[in-house]
Amino acid sequence: MRRVILAITGTVAGLVALLSFKSHSPAIPAVTTSGTGMSSSPSSGGPQGSAGPAGQGFATGAVGAVPAGERAVTGQVAGTAYGPVQIQLLMRSSTIVKVTILKQPSSTIHDLQLGQFAFPRLISETLTAQSARIDAVSGASYTSQGYIASLQSALDTRT
Amino acid sequence: MDRTGIAPRLRHAEHVMGTVVSFDVPAWAGGPDGALGAAVRWLHRVDATFSPFREDSDVSRHGRGALALADCAPELAEVLAACAAVTEASGGYFTVTPGGGLDPSGYVKGWAIERAAAMLTAAGSAGHSVNGGGDVRCAGARGDGQPWRVGIADPLRPGVLALVVTGRDFAVATSGNAERGSHVIDPHTGRPAAGLASITVTGPDLGLADAYATAALAMGPDGCGWVAARCAEDGYQALAILPDGSMRHTPGFTARLP
Repeated sequence: MRRVILAITGTVAGLVALLSFKSHSPAIPAVTTSGTGMSSSPSSGGPQGSAGPAGQGFATGAVGAVPAGERAVTGQVAGTAYGPVQIQLLMRSSTIVKVTILKQPSSTIHDLQLGQFAFPRLISETLTAQSARIDAVSGASYTSQGYIASLQSALDTRT
Repeated sequence: MDRTGIAPRLRHAEHVMGTVVSFDVPAWAGGPDGALGAAVRWLHRVDATFSPFREDSDVSRHGRGALALADCAPELAEVLAACAAVTEASGGYFTVTPGGGLDPSGYVKGWAIERAAAMLTAAGSAGHSVNGGGDVRCAGARGDGQPWRVGIADPLRPGVLALVVTGRDFAVATSGNAERGSHVIDPHTGRPAAGLASITVTGPDLGLADAYATAALAMGPDGCGWVAARCAEDGYQALAILPDGSMRHTPGFTARLP
């Protein structure tokens, strides 16, 4: 359990770092490391006793229905230069099966044009065509030849 | 219905318009006289009329001044009017003459898929998806009654998805440089557009989503801001993936996430 929480901590810290990836962004605390100020998510259950120092600042609790065999891990609200960010991971064993953003900065057109609003790259790490249970793939136009190697081709030939 | 309560489905891939159009339709829509066949025939007719690569297409003949617009297929005037509106709204970043000659393909493919999906709805389908070479129109629910899930290809890692969007009646169009090289030219500089690896536009109409994605890609880093400012009020949202893998999106795009 400890190892899993360590991994999650690194992931969340990395995610928040991505949210502020711009080099001109001011340095910001990624995740609060004190045990106080726990997640403000309404249904979060507060800290679990098993979390050691590396797990501080995290609460495990369910937001919404959690499928059997999976558990939700809710990160603490992290203050970033663009506003509060909070995410929730849905874990099956030690695998992240879903990343939900519970709170994110309300962005303005100005923010978008400045390129300061990045979406967590992390989500892509967990998604392949099979695991994502998708029906179609949108991507840059492919030619008839490109289709053969495309994800959509794989979908079309499944039963 | 079979014993699971899920009606049988039919998948079909049609080579047309220089790409492959993939259908996911109710099985009853198949057959030579079915709605699927009618939609496929429509796409081939669009190809014959609108292809800039066919010398005898209406687009080619009209483009070189050999055929008056009034003598062309009536859909050409409709398409050119829609394209002119996008050109206006995008400040010229979308154009029907991207390579010099008349070529409204940046709108036509999405528009043709939109029409094909509408034909299936009119024939009684309560749920289908049509994917024209990466531009997707979903209608109703999928076979199991759940919302459609459309993967957005990662432009930097072939075969991997960047994320998934979901919904019932919506369109998803993506423009990028991954599959065909830098095929979008910034009309203001005449050079390949740089700055975005891909941009995905979601919204109610695939023709417009397709054209908006083309324009936004040519705009580069400002593309998302333009969609937020000019297209969001009509229900269009955008997600851009940058060459370094980072993403940015319009505020309303998150409503499409699972």
